[in-house]
Amino acid sequence: MKEQLSWKVGGQQGEGIESTGEIFSTTLNRMGYHLYSYRHFSSRIKGGHTNNNVRISAKEVRAVSDNINILVAFDQQTIDLNAHELVNGGIIIADSKFNPSKDDDLDVQLVPIPFTETAKNLGSQLMKNMVAIGASARLMNLEIQPFRDMIYTMFIRKGEQIVENNNEALKQGYQLMDQEMTHIEGDFEMVPSGQEERLFLIGNDAISFGALNAGVRFMAAYPITPASEIMEYMIENLPKVGGTVIQTEDEISAVTMAIGSNYAGARSFTSSAGPGLSLMMESIGLSGMTETPLVIVDTMRGGPSTGLPTKQEQSDLMQMIYGTHGDIPKVVLAPSDVEDAFYATIEAFNIAEYYQVPVILLSDLQMSLGKQSSRPFDPSHVDINRGKTITEDMDRDEAEYFERYSNEEDGISNRPIPGVKGGIHHVTGVEHSPTGTPNESAENRQVQMDKRMRKLKDFTMDEPFKVNGNVESELLIISFLSVNGVVQEAAERLDADITTISLKQIHPFPIDALRPYLDGAGGILVIEQNYSAQLNSVLKMNYHGHDRIKSYVKYDGTPFKPNEIETHMSSILKIKEVL
Amino acid sequence: MATFKDFRNNIKPNWCPGCGDFSVQAAIQKACAANGLEPDELAVITGIGCSGRLSGYIKSYGFHATHGRSLPVAQGVKMANDELTVIASGGDGDGFAIGMGHTVHALKRNIDITYIVMDNQVYGLTKGQTSPSSEKGFVTKSTPNGSIENAIQPIRTAMASGATFVAQSVSSDIKQLTAIIQEAMNHKGFSFVNVFSPCVTYNKVNTYDWFKENLTAVEDIEDYDHTDSKTAMNHIMEHEGLLKGIIYQDKEAKSYQEQIEGYLEKPTVKKEMTLERETFDELMTAFR
Repeated sequence: MKEQLSWKVGGQQGEGIESTGEIFSTTLNRMGYHLYSYRHFSSRIKGGHTNNNVRISAKEVRAVSDNINILVAFDQQTIDLNAHELVNGGIIIADSKFNPSKDDDLDVQLVPIPFTETAKNLGSQLMKNMVAIGASARLMNLEIQPFRDMIYTMFIRKGEQIVENNNEALKQGYQLMDQEMTHIEGDFEMVPSGQEERLFLIGNDAISFGALNAGVRFMAAYPITPASEIMEYMIENLPKVGGTVIQTEDEISAVTMAIGSNYAGARSFTSSAGPGLSLMMESIGLSGMTETPLVIVDTMRGGPSTGLPTKQEQSDLMQMIYGTHGDIPKVVLAPSDVEDAFYATIEAFNIAEYYQVPVILLSDLQMSLGKQSSRPFDPSHVDINRGKTITEDMDRDEAEYFERYSNEEDGISNRPIPGVKGGIHHVTGVEHSPTGTPNESAENRQVQMDKRMRKLKDFTMDEPFKVNGNVESELLIISFLSVNGVVQEAAERLDADITTISLKQIHPFPIDALRPYLDGAGGILVIEQNYSAQLNSVLKMNYHGHDRIKSYVKYDGTPFKPNEIETHMSSILKIKEVL
Repeated sequence: MATFKDFRNNIKPNWCPGCGDFSVQAAIQKACAANGLEPDELAVITGIGCSGRLSGYIKSYGFHATHGRSLPVAQGVKMANDELTVIASGGDGDGFAIGMGHTVHALKRNIDITYIVMDNQVYGLTKGQTSPSSEKGFVTKSTPNGSIENAIQPIRTAMASGATFVAQSVSSDIKQLTAIIQEAMNHKGFSFVNVFSPCVTYNKVNTYDWFKENLTAVEDIEDYDHTDSKTAMNHIMEHEGLLKGIIYQDKEAKSYQEQIEGYLEKPTVKKEMTLERETFDELMTAFR
């Protein structure tokens, strides 16, 4: 029996590959397995190869697997493009409709099953995915009942007959595979799962749910891969709590509308990816200058320009830290995994409102769209902190404007929202006096700039990074977002004294909290997914031990696999031994 | 009750003496008082340019945003708090050049705010370049041989974008302008008011006298029906956009917010921020 297996389904985009993976994996999650999935898709609606890779494990997994065990193919292209990823002795379950064949050099088994034909005989070829799921379930010796339950929940809206037909397709798939089992070599049976209940969701869902919990009741956004799911989640769910979403004409409108709403006291945000963020830069400066809270989610994808719109990359980092003209206080956050994305989103809104600054919440395509198991979210950890926002009328003579930008010791001034009696003031992107009146005097400029920048001078989150290991280590590995899960798995495979850090507070850089780990490490390796080693550069700007800092990057659009990182780490450890 | 003086602050505008924007400012202040508003119930959101400074010269909540972005900020403010009266304002460069995308979409979206453009057909603050509403042949620093582009006719663009309230006036007629702004603020939906507001420094063609000669009041047009879009569009085209008065109003149209079920039950800012436990559980179960 196997502790873990990797299953991949592939075919033409638009023919139900996504839902096949979805039904199969959701059922497995409900059975109690840990899952981590990866979608390969293209920037087109129909056609083109697409696949969904699901890693199934009895223990926690936070990375794609090195290779696959089971490949379910709806067309020959799926075999041609993916069969080489199979382990020796792996298996291809293919629709017999296209007379599947495989490269003779590959040590894998090919089992044709009549997916389409069976489905057609039952009334609709749409059910071919259910046949494939039945066959997969048999191969892995999984109980059939949870799949039936899943079918019921999915299709009961469409009527009993549809439920029955799908159950039959599932059963026949299961039986067809059963007849093949005597010829199949090797072990594809999963160990029984635990009973713990887990969520199964994409990072974008965790972020969206976090935003709802943070008190967001209005969102403005423009569609873009891989951020659209956030907007779509909010469109579906905000009305349940009296909120709404506007799909704007562009990203500039989206971000400035969010600024307007936040200025008026309603928490709101926008989400986008690199190209959209590029358009928002001037407005991020407006938020910083006017001290208007703002949260922007940046789901990074391959850049530059249109780049690799459906592929994994982490190359927006420098733009997010530095990209706006002039100096503003700004926070850039990077959740360490999907579970953390929920809490980090709530924290992002609290930071934005408490410090009255723009906060960029980073994600990357793999975290945003890779569906994975997560512990349930804990509502008792949801806390809303509005800082110095004033929402109640004040008993104050309004002959003079309210000093919205009074020069406070912590730099944070009271913020009455429009409509509050006694709070009238002006807000402008021009340098301004304490009442918000444009003022370009040298003295005022210095006071106001110092006031704004002071807000984040000593800013450190409660947990600026997630650490695994000791302060003293042979090798310290720093990564962020989805890469951390892969690093973690690779580190566990090596018998070495490795500490891993998933950096959550990217900016302002938490150097004081990090320093003991940096000082205590024999070597430091920064692993990230961009060409120019951006996180590595940020670290070097803040820390002096440059000769001990090494970089490992990947920028081909695919997520890191554990063995890639494992190999790289062990080579570094070997070099150190020789020295 | 507040008078127009309550909408004044002691800040001296940095506009040139004789600038049309002074009258627009006064008309807004008068209209707000006449409509029974209190200063803290009003938010004035402006863009960049001479006219963009307006938010600092009216005593109310004011937000002076970036170039061309007054409309999205203003729409965000209104979506956050429907109890506020929201005025967006800026110049012709702000609204019809850099911000034109937002203008067209705000017109079609129909959120209940008022947009007042101070249209002087030239870029003033950057010291005299051509603007989207500059007439063909208009000589500026950036068009030394005269503009070779066609001028945008703001009210025609507004009609074509699905506007539900379109008006035009000139800053010298402060009485009419005040009345129009009052009507615009009372309109349920997006109200667009284009005000010819002469630049006495950089536009020596489209002067106060020029508008007196060239504008036709819709009241003077026989059988003009401002509730009929076809009539409005025909006259706009016939007069090349040089009309004044309330050009068009659709009183039946529902605002954006009115069309969202339950949205107006409570202003967004007053909605409960914490999820009920039941809602939390229900939404989290969807991830299983």
